[in-house]
Amino acid sequence: MPQVRMRVNGREVSGEVEPRTLLVEFLREHLGLTGTHVGCDTSQCGCCVVHVDGRSVKSCTLLAVQCDGAEVLTIEGLARNGELHPLQRAFHECHGLQCGFCTPGMIMSALELLQRNPSPSEGEVRAWLEGNLCRCTGYHNIVRAILRAAEEMREAPQPAA
Amino acid sequence: MVEKGIGQPVPRKEDRRFVTGRGRYTDDINLPGQLHAVFVRSPHAHARIRRIDKDSVLGMPGVVAVLTGADAEADGIGPLICGWMIHSRDGSPMKMGTHRVLATDKVRYVGDRVACIVAETPHQARDAAEALVVEYEELEPVVDLATAHDAPARVHDDIPHNLCYDWELGDRAAVDEAFARAAKVVSLDLTNNRLVPNAMEPRAALAAYDPGKDEITLYLTSQNPHVHRLVMSAFNNIAPEHKLRVVAPDVGGGFGSKIFIYGEECVVAWAARRLGRPVKWREERSEAFLADAHGRDHLTHAEMAVDEDGRILALRVDTKANLGAYMSTFSSAIPTYLYAPLLSGQYRIPAIYARVRTYYTNTTPVDAYRGAGRPEACYVVETLVDAAARELGLDRAEIRRRNFIPKDAFPYETPVIMTYDSGDYATCLERALELADYAGFEQRRREAAARGKLRGIGIACYIEACGIAPSQAAISLGAGVGLWESAEVRFTHTGKVQVFTGTHTHGQGHETTFSQLVAEALGVPFEDVEVIHGDTAATPVGMGTYGSRSQAVGGEAILRACNKIIEKGKKIAAHLLEASDADIEFEAGTFRVKGTDRQKTIQEVAFAAYVPSSYPPDLEPGLEASAFFDPPNFTFPSGTYVCEVEVDPETGQVSVEKWVAVDDFGRVINPLIVEGQVHGGVVQGLGQALLEHAIYDRESGQLLTGSFMDYAMPRADHVPDFVVEFAPGSPSPSNSLGAKGAGEAGAIGAPPAIMNAIWDAIGVRVEMPATPERVWRALQSVRMPQAAE
Amino acid sequence: MYAFDYHRPQSLDEAARLLRERPEAKLLAGGHTLLPTLKQRLAQPSDLVDLGAIAELRGIREEGNGLTIGAATPHGEVETSELVRRLIPALAELAGEIGDPQVRNRGTLGGSIANNDPAADWPAGVVGCGAVVRTTRREIAADDFFTGMCETALEPDEIITAVHFPRPKRAGYAKFPNPASRYAVVGVFVAETDDGVRVAVTGAGPCVFRLTALEQALTADFTPNAVDGIEVDAAELNADIHASADYRAHLVKVMAKRAIQKALG
Ligand SMILES: Cc1cc2nc3c(=O)[nH]c(=O)nc-3n(C[C@H](O)[C@H](O)[C@H](O)COP(=O)(O)OP(=O)(O)OC[C@H]3O[C@@H](n4cnc5c(N)ncnc54)[C@H](O)[C@@H]3O)c2cc1C
Ligand code: FES
Ligand code: FES
Repeated sequence: MPQVRMRVNGREVSGEVEPRTLLVEFLREHLGLTGTHVGCDTSQCGCCVVHVDGRSVKSCTLLAVQCDGAEVLTIEGLARNGELHPLQRAFHECHGLQCGFCTPGMIMSALELLQRNPSPSEGEVRAWLEGNLCRCTGYHNIVRAILRAAEEMREAPQPAA
Repeated sequence: MVEKGIGQPVPRKEDRRFVTGRGRYTDDINLPGQLHAVFVRSPHAHARIRRIDKDSVLGMPGVVAVLTGADAEADGIGPLICGWMIHSRDGSPMKMGTHRVLATDKVRYVGDRVACIVAETPHQARDAAEALVVEYEELEPVVDLATAHDAPARVHDDIPHNLCYDWELGDRAAVDEAFARAAKVVSLDLTNNRLVPNAMEPRAALAAYDPGKDEITLYLTSQNPHVHRLVMSAFNNIAPEHKLRVVAPDVGGGFGSKIFIYGEECVVAWAARRLGRPVKWREERSEAFLADAHGRDHLTHAEMAVDEDGRILALRVDTKANLGAYMSTFSSAIPTYLYAPLLSGQYRIPAIYARVRTYYTNTTPVDAYRGAGRPEACYVVETLVDAAARELGLDRAEIRRRNFIPKDAFPYETPVIMTYDSGDYATCLERALELADYAGFEQRRREAAARGKLRGIGIACYIEACGIAPSQAAISLGAGVGLWESAEVRFTHTGKVQVFTGTHTHGQGHETTFSQLVAEALGVPFEDVEVIHGDTAATPVGMGTYGSRSQAVGGEAILRACNKIIEKGKKIAAHLLEASDADIEFEAGTFRVKGTDRQKTIQEVAFAAYVPSSYPPDLEPGLEASAFFDPPNFTFPSGTYVCEVEVDPETGQVSVEKWVAVDDFGRVINPLIVEGQVHGGVVQGLGQALLEHAIYDRESGQLLTGSFMDYAMPRADHVPDFVVEFAPGSPSPSNSLGAKGAGEAGAIGAPPAIMNAIWDAIGVRVEMPATPERVWRALQSVRMPQAAE
Repeated sequence: MYAFDYHRPQSLDEAARLLRERPEAKLLAGGHTLLPTLKQRLAQPSDLVDLGAIAELRGIREEGNGLTIGAATPHGEVETSELVRRLIPALAELAGEIGDPQVRNRGTLGGSIANNDPAADWPAGVVGCGAVVRTTRREIAADDFFTGMCETALEPDEIITAVHFPRPKRAGYAKFPNPASRYAVVGVFVAETDDGVRVAVTGAGPCVFRLTALEQALTADFTPNAVDGIEVDAAELNADIHASADYRAHLVKVMAKRAIQKALG
């Protein structure tokens, strides 16, 4: 079985995997990082979004072996020293989550948006979230949360996540 | 005012674990030595099972067992049940087709469970599921609800016409009489489209058998773990009730679909015992489309009689409801008692008659989905009211005003067995019209026209019956269980409070709102309260969370337990303060001798209760109390939604431009959370109105919209910004909180608001979902009548 | 997914060799068509040959009077490329309308056209621009590349290396997305090129096609009015639960007008 090595949330990890192992399976089953969820089998819901080499991707549509040598960031790696990331805080304060199942993917997706565009409009936020489904919140408060986090991050820029 | 007490927009306690990826959902749990289950599902809508060749897979790598319906029967596993008995008009009981945990004789829908493969890894289980040889004799399926009555085939061989029951409610003669003297009658044929619930977390189950204790623990995506335990032990014979522990950890949304007791969890629990190893099953999304109970699916002919002033005289409704292939846990109640009693809407309607026939078809079972029966009723009423306004040339707000049940008429008895508790419908409507600038709409319509767009405005005034339910009433109407709720509130030595509730939270934020209640009632810091739910071994028996009942019923049980604690606390405080019980008053966490400054905090009293060095001789130590609450009535939230849409006449594309919601939820515990419930409900309603539709192939009975590739879910860019306001409100008299429930309002009121707006924009009524093609065709028919064929 | 062996060649030669040696092997680019297919067990390749490590397949550069885009370039890079926005902005727009941001971060131009899904966007851009598909063996004109539903002129062991897009004088793309999948129900790419006007339609038929009647009409009058005079024959078009054939025929005209409008700026 092939060996994969990658940096996940700043930590070197490695493991033997079958080639057909998806990145999300590697994270959940091998590393126990169950914050990344699986909500569909057609690559559409976005519950599984993580960052690979600084880009948001659907970890259900990527093989673990394709990420050999990559830098992976999951929801578990977002808070620094127990301090929530502004996005995490804003989701909490704006009630941007209900059941919480879509939340990790939403936050990881929004993170790339704010890295690319620190001052998105409401419309740009909505358009960016095309790959993330939420059945609970009606999106309203998710959009609010992302706009609020953007504001906060503009005022106090973050060290690159 | 208590910090983070009732009425304040407190951000939720539960969020931290979710935003940091530390939630714990069923699929996040693994047990040492666990096996993996995969279900072999029927590829046919209707077929006889000739043979299942277990040998075809038994030697395959990792395969531990192949379980079939015959094995389940041999082990005494009972069939699935429907917990609500409905009688037909002629007095005969509903006809229930046997619903086994694994099919034996026939398969009745695409996705029906045929066998369960248990293997060492999920891949191996899937390999074997694919390889299992099953011989079928295909039968003609019954797919179409409209023609199910006369279909040549029968879904259940012993049920003629595929008719489960033919039920009625209301006074038919009075309705006929009112129609005979009406100035105008409007009539409509309405389709309430079939929906797939699609909570983002697919269902999952993980069961382990402990031979030492002879006990099964089942981790399950459940909205009501106690009901699961009850049914699975009493009817499915999985284990005696005290030997079955059901744990519903974090649950990723339910909307009804995780209320029901499905075959999968029964098989998983049974397999764990039979095989002596933990067994895990996790649903794929494409499996969920087939296997999770669907919602809605009604065909209705509805008529409304009005006088020349637009006053409603009577309503006549004839509905065919699709049951799918089998009855599901509550499926008989949804198109009957959760539907027809709401047909009075917010209006004074002297006479109402409803007839409901429910049919089996070779499709996925249909049961409660957010709103459950009430959205269907609201859609009928609010569409008819718009139709009547058009017929009479009346303003659509005005016709509603003329028919509202006035504020001083409560409690108000409708002709369809409901007694509305309270309401102030006109205030909600007027406020919504004001926020929506209803008066200025024609200007916006003209502006849109100048941009080539058709703009329309729609109103819907909804009523909901929440807080299910008064047990006696429910049982007299056929419910198989009481629908009270329970709670236990317990102080610890150090003055912290644990609240054990029989409800379950899967997004509603009970950990926060219940903490607010307790903080307010006991005067303890919000942070000192911990809410525990979802584990039958830890929490008192409860009926679970659905029908927006948790706050109104479960919350009241908690309050009552708090009151018992205060009563006991008074006795302890009196002893400590050397006063008489009657002289102790309690306020904001402090027991005080009336008129003095001699006092003890509730934490001091709790400590004294557990370390009773000085203690009333006749009192038990400890400070905890439990309470049950059975409400005297439903609660009746109401509200008005106003929606503006724009239609692109070239493509038929509808966009929702503006949304105003004014809701009367009685007393609101946490406005932040309740607004969130409205947003979510409205968007599910928007999904129903514009996007979502479970479509079956009429010939083969295959589900054509079996994944997110074909079943359109609302996304962030389908949705406008919402204006949500709570009306000053009419607190419910049915519980001391005055809470009414808010979980379903949006899904009930949104579809007619949107559809009425589209009707206004294009001048013709279209069916849900108003897809671009439907809207475009409707426009073609009005613009070029000759080309409409 | 069925089991397979995985290879990550460092060069095109090595990739081509692997394909030749293993007839049941498949190339893996962004994986956003292939992996969902494998997850549903709709294909069973013996090996996957990942193009991800081959640097020469990636990138966007100006070449002659036009653009060359490496086969393994993700849609998102095309969407945000300054070069593309300057030279052929309609392509940036097309790329930006594919799927969602995460799909665009992984899915590639080469994978899209090799797959030739009837509802994919890239085929419209490639045919609309009269582009040339470069492979490990030859150059294939766009008009010859897409041969039928999910079929192309590629040989089994042939690898697309890049696509060269001559720069049109003006071009526009308009798409009517499927509300569920976000693929095109109908997408129309209109371009005025040095060799005349080209109109390519995706989503509507079993395979991308050119609307020659409109090309002729636009040659005479490059305005949205040109669309009014033409007929789109519904008999040739797809019909499914999302759109009937005559609605698609209607949408072709509406999207064509919008694409022309965009081309006119
Ligand atoms: C949720 C979702 C939404 C989407 N929406 C859209 C949309 O709106 N519009 C749209 O156009 N597409 C859409 N797609 C498809 C997406 O653009 C795919 O990424 C693309 O079609 C395939 O590219 P890929 O790089 O992912 O190819 P892969 O999946 O890796 O490969 C696809 C096929 O091409 C072959 N192949 C790959 N590279 C080469 C090469 N260089 N030479 C020869 N053969 C090769 C592979 O062997 C395979 O057979 C969507 C996909 C998803 C998952
Ligand atoms: S799990 Fe749905 S997109 Fe990855
Ligand atoms: S919070 Fe439940 S799916 Fe988004």
